[in-house]
Amino acid sequence: MRVITKIGEWFDHRLQLAAPIREAAEHPVPRNTASWFYVFGSAALTVFLLQLVTGILLALIYVPSGGEAWSSLQALNHGVTIGWFIRAMHGWGSNFMVAIVLIHMAQVFLFGAHKYPRELTWIIGVFLLLMTLGMAFTGQVMRFDQDAYWGLGIGASIASRVPIVGPAVVKLMLGGPIIAGATLSRFFALHVFVIPGMLIAFVGLHVLMVLKLGINEWPMPGRTVKRATYEAQYHALTKSEGAPFVPYAIWKDMFFAAFVVLAIAACAYYFGPFGPTGQPDPTIIQTAPKPDYFFLWLYALLSLLPPSLETPFLLIGPPLVIVGLILLPFLSGEGEKSWKRRPIAVVTVLMIAITLGTFTRLAQFTPWSPRMSAWSGDPVPDQYIHGTTALERQGALVFQVKQCRNCHSLGNIGGQRGPALDSVAVRLTQDQLIRQVIQGGGNMPAYGNNLSPAETTALVAFLETLHPATQSPARDAARDLVLSESKPKSATQP
Amino acid sequence: MSTKPVMAPSTGTTISRRGFFMKLGILFNGFAAMVLALPISRFLFSSITRGRANGYLSWVPLGNLSNFPEGETRMTTFRNPFVMPTDGKTVDTACWVRRIAGDRFQVFAINCAHLGCPVRWFPQSGLFMCPCHGGAYYRDGSRASGPPERGLFEYPYKIENGVLTIDAGQLPTPGDPVASLSAEKPPCV
Repeated sequence: MRVITKIGEWFDHRLQLAAPIREAAEHPVPRNTASWFYVFGSAALTVFLLQLVTGILLALIYVPSGGEAWSSLQALNHGVTIGWFIRAMHGWGSNFMVAIVLIHMAQVFLFGAHKYPRELTWIIGVFLLLMTLGMAFTGQVMRFDQDAYWGLGIGASIASRVPIVGPAVVKLMLGGPIIAGATLSRFFALHVFVIPGMLIAFVGLHVLMVLKLGINEWPMPGRTVKRATYEAQYHALTKSEGAPFVPYAIWKDMFFAAFVVLAIAACAYYFGPFGPTGQPDPTIIQTAPKPDYFFLWLYALLSLLPPSLETPFLLIGPPLVIVGLILLPFLSGEGEKSWKRRPIAVVTVLMIAITLGTFTRLAQFTPWSPRMSAWSGDPVPDQYIHGTTALERQGALVFQVKQCRNCHSLGNIGGQRGPALDSVAVRLTQDQLIRQVIQGGGNMPAYGNNLSPAETTALVAFLETLHPATQSPARDAARDLVLSESKPKSATQP
Repeated sequence: MSTKPVMAPSTGTTISRRGFFMKLGILFNGFAAMVLALPISRFLFSSITRGRANGYLSWVPLGNLSNFPEGETRMTTFRNPFVMPTDGKTVDTACWVRRIAGDRFQVFAINCAHLGCPVRWFPQSGLFMCPCHGGAYYRDGSRASGPPERGLFEYPYKIENGVLTIDAGQLPTPGDPVASLSAEKPPCV
């Protein structure tokens, strides 16, 4: 024991780090900040360190080459002992990291920690969020499979829309004229060197400022922040009811950090690694690329925005959000901290969470995408064929063969791009059906060029049978009259 | 410890010897940085400048005319003319060839004009459909429905000794639809 103390003293005589470390560890924090609400920052740091470790382990095997990345991932999954688990840890760690950073941000905002004098801590936090998302996106590219390949195409298509410099930005991003080996190499450099380097520096600053300025005290309704008096009040608070950070508050951080690491390991163990999906071979087009979980909301947004709004939204939206987040502590740098007195802040967080959550949920079953195999895989349900005439059956065949099912469902089977057609005859008259099929409109292609008159007649005859037994199909009374006048002898009863 | 470093008394106008050398040092380092900045930025932006200087595009053969029956649209693949040793399979590119009649063709990029996903051809309904966000195009490549703001990207083509050849080599994107710049629009069919 004495030897260890001696060795320790020898080092500290030269390093002189023990005193500042002890001072940092034992700095007084307000007692009520030793709360389970205050554990997300340290948890994010823990997951970041875990990502560094698993990332370095993956780099022992992974080859960032367009020709070999995919097979090196296969080797990690199947050939290298525990390789699948390390990949799974890194993938799940990424999801946990984004989630924890978002929770941390919401908590900090709701507790008013972005207010004076912690504005810069918040701003650096905003950059840390952007870097975390940057790591998530570049990491998806590292998993160089079909999703990564087409995801890069989506990134390039978005970047290309920047006025004037768009095409140059695309070539800079891809490292050449197409998505290829150079693209993967430069995303590797970003994912492994550039962004992590910046992350380490910014995380250091972020933590340093928490130490220098003190952790945000538990917000009390009515205890408002004023620039002139805040710091004196805070110091008085830490003096009167402060406690040393170690061990008074840190044990909760430690428990939660260990819990998060175990949760990541459990997810990795039970759910396994993400992909890789098919090879990054652009000639295999039987694929429906999807982004990773935390970009699904963007995928939904890009499907649902009107075409004319898309480019402005993509180019103006993100800078606006980032500038807004950076300006936030200057716009509301003083005043109430407690969420109990900040209803707009609470509603804003809820709105953002609900919006992102809804878009994410939508993107998980992509109702806007045609179901490419529905026309050949989903038969017309029996009840719609029962007791139909030959013409109507012919129409049902046309309905299948012309891929109507890819966008329209019958009996809840088929695509959801267009409306379900189970009761279309109630909504549209015969004339309207013919017009809609031939001319399209309302986001439906026109089929006039691809249907013969006989096919159209059969198809519309079939569509006219699609109504509930208790409801009669829509009809145009005026047209009935015209028909009855031109053919006085035929029956006109509907 | 006890001896204070001797500092030359500097006033507003005079400049000390040390101060002068420090400024000179900064200047000298600035010069060194500038000398390095040129090659570094040339390297960094080479993927842009190279495209401007030599061009990434060139004529690529797609196959004999007999591979493409009249009135049909078929997928075919070609190797991107600009290749790096680590590209692997990524340089194999797919495209849709529509032979209207005789020597009249349309060669469409595989990439949707919305965000670049691979579109698929459905001959029965005469539509190209995109699996990502639901864009659809007619047989002549014009926009039918969905989020795309324009029709499919087209490669310029020519026929040399009975071989269909296209001018290709760059990923077409909405902001840089390079492939369609010189494409002659065939009559709408």
